[in-house]
Amino acid sequence: MKGMTVIVKTISSWVKVLIFLFGIYIVIFGHLTPGGGFAGGVILASSYVLLMLAFGREFVQKNLPLGISSKLDCLGAFAFAMIAILGFFYGGIFFCNFLVERGQAFGLISAGTIPLSNIAIGLKVGASLFLVIFSLSIFRRNTSANK
Amino acid sequence: MDIFYILLLFILIAAIIAVETKNLLSAIICIGAIGFGASLMFLFLRAPDIAITQIVVEVLGLIVLIRATISRDLTFISGDKEFFGTVVSVVIIFVIFLAGLRVFETLPDFGISIFRQAQNAASQTYVREGLRQTGAANLVSSVILDYRAYDTLGEATVLFTSIIGATVILRERARKQLEDSDE
Repeated sequence: MKGMTVIVKTISSWVKVLIFLFGIYIVIFGHLTPGGGFAGGVILASSYVLLMLAFGREFVQKNLPLGISSKLDCLGAFAFAMIAILGFFYGGIFFCNFLVERGQAFGLISAGTIPLSNIAIGLKVGASLFLVIFSLSIFRRNTSANK
Repeated sequence: MDIFYILLLFILIAAIIAVETKNLLSAIICIGAIGFGASLMFLFLRAPDIAITQIVVEVLGLIVLIRATISRDLTFISGDKEFFGTVVSVVIIFVIFLAGLRVFETLPDFGISIFRQAQNAASQTYVREGLRQTGAANLVSSVILDYRAYDTLGEATVLFTSIIGATVILRERARKQLEDSDE
């Protein structure tokens, strides 16, 4: 799988950066504007899927190795669980929003643990969707090699 | 209001085509059209959060489905329908239709929020107290990550389980095929 033509490669290497930035924006501003961890994570994953479609699987594997993406997946899940457990220790309730007094409302740093949870969910969703698509493409490679 | 009925008609036509067509690729594209129609509807109903998620998942799902089907030999559906399966599905559809009629009688009109009927519902409290209690300007975020964070935890767990399952099943199949090709 060598990828597509030069035109597609050039354009998608530019557009990929914009999509990635937009995903980060959706994740970080999830507590202020529409969006949030899940949608942002899917956008982050789709930027890598675009690379995979344009450049082929090997390029993406070099860019974002499987070990790192599965570690990011686990890190997102771990961070989300840790936020819940910290809420239990500081506030007495599982998922207690123990940082809510910090920051101004409508500011970027506000809403306590919600932006942190958004970042954790975004990492988790992005990495795991990327892994699902990656494993699907590996499976397809093996079937086509058999024929 | 008319735009909703136009979109509903569009979605219904796309769904019928997706069921009836013999070509898998055009069926997938019709499913994509259904998703985009639904996301437009969410946008007109002033739910941009759901619209963003719907459109993004739709695009990604469309790419995955097209890539999964386009390489297979099975691009056309063939074979007759089983008699027993048809009878069972007709009966189930009839039961769901009867239950749906009962449910639709209690729903408010299309596009009108349900808060107007239930003044003391929990959602009213979220709308009134959400900004003060959580500090998040986006109320949807404050619900899914503060009031109902357990839901999000369950969703993350489902995603984690699904990636584990996908990896295990696909790896096993790929290994078997590699072994077969070695022999």
